[in-house]
Amino acid sequence: MNILKLSTRNLSRNKLTTFLNIILVAFGVGILSILFLASTQIGNKLESNSKDIDLVVGAKGSPLQLILSSIYHIDFPTGNIPAKDAQDMMQNPMVKRAVPLALGDNYQGYRIVGTDSSFTGLYGLKLSQGKFWSKDLDATIGSTVALESKLKVGDKFFGAHGLSNSSDEHRQHAYMVTGILAPQGNVTDNLILTNIGSVYKMHEANPAEHEQHHSDEAKEINNREITSLLIQYRSPMSVVVFPRMVNQSTNMQAASPAMESARLFSLIGVGIETLKWFAILIMAISALSVFISLFNSMKEKKYDLAIMRCLGASKLKIFLLVMLEGLLITVTGAIIGLVIGHVALSLIGHFQESSQARLTGIFFVSDELYLIASGLAIGVIASIIPAIQTYRVDIANTLSKDK
Amino acid sequence: MIKIQSLVHQYHNVPPLQFPDWEIKDREQWLLLGSSGSGKSTLLNIIAGLLKPKGGEVILDGTSVYGLSLRAMDQFRGQKIGIIFQRPHFIKSLNIYDNIAVASSFAGLPVDGKRILMLLDSLGLAGKAKSYAEELSQGQLQRASIARALINRPSVLIADEPTSSLDDENAENVITLLTTQAASSEASLIVATHDKRVRNRLSKEYLL
Repeated sequence: MNILKLSTRNLSRNKLTTFLNIILVAFGVGILSILFLASTQIGNKLESNSKDIDLVVGAKGSPLQLILSSIYHIDFPTGNIPAKDAQDMMQNPMVKRAVPLALGDNYQGYRIVGTDSSFTGLYGLKLSQGKFWSKDLDATIGSTVALESKLKVGDKFFGAHGLSNSSDEHRQHAYMVTGILAPQGNVTDNLILTNIGSVYKMHEANPAEHEQHHSDEAKEINNREITSLLIQYRSPMSVVVFPRMVNQSTNMQAASPAMESARLFSLIGVGIETLKWFAILIMAISALSVFISLFNSMKEKKYDLAIMRCLGASKLKIFLLVMLEGLLITVTGAIIGLVIGHVALSLIGHFQESSQARLTGIFFVSDELYLIASGLAIGVIASIIPAIQTYRVDIANTLSKDK
Repeated sequence: MIKIQSLVHQYHNVPPLQFPDWEIKDREQWLLLGSSGSGKSTLLNIIAGLLKPKGGEVILDGTSVYGLSLRAMDQFRGQKIGIIFQRPHFIKSLNIYDNIAVASSFAGLPVDGKRILMLLDSLGLAGKAKSYAEELSQGQLQRASIARALINRPSVLIADEPTSSLDDENAENVITLLTTQAASSEASLIVATHDKRVRNRLSKEYLL
């Protein structure tokens, strides 16, 4: 019979109070852990997706929208740009690598991205099966797409018009899966990659007319429009000059992923901050609640504690017994809170519409250790006063008195 | 063997209580008599190591009780002294068996499950090991508290008005059990009482 067993017995005697206190702590910790997990994941995603992209050039409009649509594949594109202008841009000496994107179709909500082989270099893509797309209507699909749509190499599917799941299918042409990407841990897991020619083909009135363009991709682009260009600079010096050049001397706009992500984060930052303080308030209330219940139960427990002293328990042991009760509540609460956080995030991820920014509960951050530590701290704060009180209990006096 | 020497205690604003010297040999059974307010409970608490006297000494088996450190005194009390109160107090969240077991572990001794059951059996509580304090009658609880007091084979068993809240039958029962159990556990026995039902059961008397 050790004091751990004794304190759990004491706690289980007051089930409702114990339950209430655990729930309070769990909620505070749960909200905080959701915040930590979600903001870290979003931050990581933003970073890993835009890691090697210095600039996005697209049609004029909201720069944030351009970034969201071209890098994160969340929002709708701002419009199209003439392929010829894009071609000129690609030849600019300041540009090390330029990746053209043609968006507009989807398969079961997964975006079909028309691009060229430089895309694989930009994201460092690797295949797990098959090969990369080489001709029109070849498609290489991301690992998540393969997993969820059950498409295999050699399967055919129809793209649908628009960027979200719709029934407006392009019935006349079917894509064929030529390869499946290895999981990359970024947005490409959720994309279907093909060449730009395929995207054009989907949208033309008479497919036969353009057969002759097959051989020369560059020529084809020349007469057409694309959605945007992902650009890597040759030297960091271009950061200042290049965007200004694009914005002033062309009909297109340049948007920097780093700047726009920072702007996006500052927008949602207020909400995160508010929630954080709300959770801290809940934790403070839980500390108060644990304190009050321990403090109140001291009156009732004075006899029990005096008996224990009388039976040979030292003052330190009684002190630890009361401390342990507080700590058991708050640490249990903290652990349950973490479980709530992870489960809630898994649920959020499960019901999230956009698969590109999906959150997962199977993800751990070191901040969670601080949450456990804060559970310990709350336990100590709440139980230290009642525990010190036990030092003052006069055993002889308490036990001689009638109840 | 217990000896008290020139013991004095004083509460706030009342004249000091002086206790005559007393020597209790092993296995002796004593009555502690006195009108209420004469300091019976005070003396018992002092002997039990629960209340530090203003002056004098309590020597139990050659150890001066109040010469020990606080921690050592707690342990010493748990091992050497069995205490039975006027009203039996049990830890509410534990059943009777665990309440007795906890007395052993608090005293720093191994829990002897067989002895617990044997004691409960000999006190007529064989089926009550898993019951909680609130499920037992006062008489049953008082008997259970005898089991708890005896579990660590103490050198002395101290009972403070053990029968005052019991009816005749239970009082008779409890005092019989106290004397026989103390004898079979080879413990000295001190019973403080003003209960006539108890007075004629023990021969040695210490008067306050």
